[in-house]
Amino acid sequence: MARVVVDVMLKPEILDPQGQAVQRALPRLGFEGISDVRQGKRFELEVDGPVDDAALARIHELAETFLANTVIENFTVKVEEEK
Amino acid sequence: MTSRIGVVTFPGSLDDRDTQRAIRLAGAEPVALWHKDKDLKQVDAVVLPGGFSYGDYLRAGAISRFSPVMETIIAEAKSGLPVLGICNGFQVLTEAHLLPGAMLGNNHLHFICRDQKLRVENSATAWTADFAAGQEIHIPLKNMDGRYVADARTLDMLEAEGRVVFRYVAGADEEAGAVPGVGHNPNGSLRDIAGITNETGSVVGLMPHPEHAVESLVGNGRTDGLPFFTSILKRLVSA
Amino acid sequence: MTLDTVDNATRTPDVELPWAELGLKKDEYERVVEILGRRPTGAELAMYSVMWSEHCSYKSSKVHLRQFGEKAPRSDALLVGIGENAGVVDVGQGYAVTFKVESHNHPSYVEPYQGAATGVGGIVRDIIAMGARPVAVVDPLRFGAADHPDTKRVLPGVVAGIGGYGNCLGLPNIGGEVVFDACYQGNPLVNAGAIGVMRHEDIHLAKASGAGNKVILYGARTGGDGIGGASILASETFDDAKPSKRPAVQVGDPFQEKLLIECTLEAFAEKLVVGIQDLGAAGLSCATSELASNGSGGMHVVLDDVPLRDSTLSPEEILMSESQERMCAVVEPEKVERFLAICEKWDVIATVIGEVTDGDRLEIYWHGEKIVDVDPRTVAHDGPVYERPYARPDWQDALQADDANKLPRPAGGDQLRDQVLRLVGSPNQASKAWITSQYDHLVQGNTVLAQPQDSGMIRIDEESGLGVALATDGNGRYAKLDPYHGAQLALAEAYRNVATTGARPLAVSDCLNFGSPEDPAVMWQFAEAVRGLADACQELGTPVTGGNVSLYNQTGEAAIHPTPVVAVLGVIDDVARRTPVAFQEEGQLLYLLGDTREEFGGSAWSQVVHDHLGGLPPQVDLERERLLAEILIAASRDGMADSAHDLSDGGLVQAVTESALLGGKGARLVVPDGLDAFTFLFSESAGRALVAVPRSEELRFTDMCGARGLPATRIGVVDGREEDGAVVEVQGEFSLPLTELRTAHETTIPAVLA
Repeated sequence: MARVVVDVMLKPEILDPQGQAVQRALPRLGFEGISDVRQGKRFELEVDGPVDDAALARIHELAETFLANTVIENFTVKVEEEK
Repeated sequence: MTSRIGVVTFPGSLDDRDTQRAIRLAGAEPVALWHKDKDLKQVDAVVLPGGFSYGDYLRAGAISRFSPVMETIIAEAKSGLPVLGICNGFQVLTEAHLLPGAMLGNNHLHFICRDQKLRVENSATAWTADFAAGQEIHIPLKNMDGRYVADARTLDMLEAEGRVVFRYVAGADEEAGAVPGVGHNPNGSLRDIAGITNETGSVVGLMPHPEHAVESLVGNGRTDGLPFFTSILKRLVSA
Repeated sequence: MTLDTVDNATRTPDVELPWAELGLKKDEYERVVEILGRRPTGAELAMYSVMWSEHCSYKSSKVHLRQFGEKAPRSDALLVGIGENAGVVDVGQGYAVTFKVESHNHPSYVEPYQGAATGVGGIVRDIIAMGARPVAVVDPLRFGAADHPDTKRVLPGVVAGIGGYGNCLGLPNIGGEVVFDACYQGNPLVNAGAIGVMRHEDIHLAKASGAGNKVILYGARTGGDGIGGASILASETFDDAKPSKRPAVQVGDPFQEKLLIECTLEAFAEKLVVGIQDLGAAGLSCATSELASNGSGGMHVVLDDVPLRDSTLSPEEILMSESQERMCAVVEPEKVERFLAICEKWDVIATVIGEVTDGDRLEIYWHGEKIVDVDPRTVAHDGPVYERPYARPDWQDALQADDANKLPRPAGGDQLRDQVLRLVGSPNQASKAWITSQYDHLVQGNTVLAQPQDSGMIRIDEESGLGVALATDGNGRYAKLDPYHGAQLALAEAYRNVATTGARPLAVSDCLNFGSPEDPAVMWQFAEAVRGLADACQELGTPVTGGNVSLYNQTGEAAIHPTPVVAVLGVIDDVARRTPVAFQEEGQLLYLLGDTREEFGGSAWSQVVHDHLGGLPPQVDLERERLLAEILIAASRDGMADSAHDLSDGGLVQAVTESALLGGKGARLVVPDGLDAFTFLFSESAGRALVAVPRSEELRFTDMCGARGLPATRIGVVDGREEDGAVVEVQGEFSLPLTELRTAHETTIPAVLA
């Protein structure tokens, strides 16, 4: 078993009101010096068997067609280190 | 023989029965389609109704887009089957890439339910022929993820090709200021776009709900939504 | 820990169990031991503790609630009464309607979004469990002062939770209330109501009958949500929010609930269900013991077969889990396959977890060992009953003596004008559109009226136009001044609100929100309110079909105002006849129905202008309310009134403002003889309504009122359109442009909450 993490973020040019709402709240909570917040999604995939190139390619395809909407979102795929 | 218009029920569809009622009131025969069925039961056109299919989980419309019925609808739509996507149905259509762009959460972060004024920009589509271009209509709007976005090139192309079908416009209704910071554009859609169409005018998607503007007693108390359904009926009968 | 089986419990009578931690009192625990003839197992203790909690057993309120049955008026409309998941009322043409209001107060304080969301989920499952298709929801809400930080934390979450869950279910939200008062700081009242419709023959009851019938658990998997929530969260006062309680909050999944609704209704339609129960407070403990105790036999349950989300749960935890979106059905063996197929169609997990047996025992097994062996009636129905001491508080006399009628009144037109603007712009009287626009009130396509109308109205038959109306009302300020009459005023207002829309009031449900029953003063308020409500229901001929009690709504010594919220259901033969609030046509004549007296105790004016609460609430005259309702219904039926609005908090000026703004039309008013302008505008005398009568109908209308003995005073005329600069004018006193009224009325709530 191995874990592959897919992070999905809105593209930089797309307005992110949720991130903005978080950012606006920060000064009220006493957290200064943070100029921007953007909110994304993290998917943790538990993969049976080895995470070889073929498996990663499949996950990439899965992320591109399903987990992310590439019209508005970017994504990254990374294998999480075994503990 | 009257025309048969399919209404798809996905798990979490909400306005499917209302859409069937609107089709019936317009004089066509509504046909219930089930998301697990590839068979379209020989319908002449399809409506993807509003709701929260799959709870809007992942992204609105993202999971429904991969259902068996959508496989057939995507293929048929590409060869001319008229399809109307309302609210969640519009979201499914963009996720399925039958229409360009994407839908995101309302810019004010709240669900919004109100009567909405629209301008009909294109009365040449399969679903808008009974309107006059430039006509202003009132159709209820209710959604969480209604913000239409696309890149500038796509937006320019839609404008140039006349594919923006409906735009949010100012009217008396939103002056009540029900939601602070919300003007005539209820969700932050780029260029006030409320609905668009594909290259041939057969596939139309919009956020507001015409099926809730078909009777004087319920919905918004107007019948501004009926022409959607009479338009397609005429198209099918004359075809 | 080793498994505590029934055998083990018998062998080890001296083992100490944590009954106190589970919320049982010593004598209650001893009663359990006496019932069983041995010490309970851990699982049995879990069941008894949660089912005997205040929330599930009504142990403090039961002795008073009996009056609703004892004083019930004879009514042919009542098909199913108190005791079931929800009462059922005959509305004619073969249709039956079920409705109920419940509280989710404590969970909503701890976690506003999820608390409110699961409140909607729970009440909707109660409605399905009667065999009905839910057709609408309503949400009576009460929060602390509008500008208090606690309100800003709680309210947006509650509203988003109700919308987030309810909108996703496809149920129109057609009514409710939003009230602000400092007494609810730390104790918001989040009540949720729902209406369902069915044919008479489709009524289903929560009972397990017929040995050999299968018990099917379906819906979400069982997880660790809200374990002990019913006994701990709902029955114990919390002095302040303890983060440690957060895990005891249930998380809702509206998508799962939507599937549950559809698959249950499909199973009903194919007549596959013998008995059904939703899983709410006390989860499986409640569902199995209630199903078994209401049926004719016993029940055998294999807990290993319960689908789990968390495999580490102990059997005690599985029994207490309050995971949402689960139901339990009793199905004949030959129909099980079809039932499971329907669940599969909707992607709903369904599992046979047991069967109905010949005996009278509820037996639950885990890993092949018997861990529960009880008479289910002792769990579900033989909980403790307390005759809690009650006494009229010593401060009540002083409160009533602090007469609001003696407060300084506005002198002259300018001060009147100023106070009108302050009143209609105060948080309680201001437009709640910012909140209600976050709810879908249109879905299902049958909403005839929704907030801010006097009552919500739903069409239930498209052919005939048959419809039902529902109004919920409560006034904690009135009830604090006089709980007996305060409860009656809540009923009278809801009854009136149904009638102003043209519907005939039929039946009542209630949600009784009070402080700690261990405080004799609170218990007196409760006893008085119940007595008042039961007496008034008897006099108005509207039976109480069911309800809910929420106690311990207090922070430290400070209890909330006693807040009985009353829901009245009405029926209208043809919804095309409904009467809206909005002024329709210029030139129509405004009539004030009823008597206006100098009554300012508990009024909105006394709160807004003087921050005062004292004196006596308005007089109650139920005979007058009944007559007023008959006139309003007749006016609707015969087309004599084009708009109507009930007069309640805020008085006439509030009603005129709302009717004018909703219609976009002004009004010119004349103070009638015998009244001063202040009393005319701000008095909250009950039994009154404002109607707009077309000139052609005036004679017929006044003749009808005269013949029936209802005072009808012509007070003005609908005049002018907003876009042309219309005003609300009180002749000789002041004139207010509609645009100015609109700004005052509609900007308050967005400003304090956005």
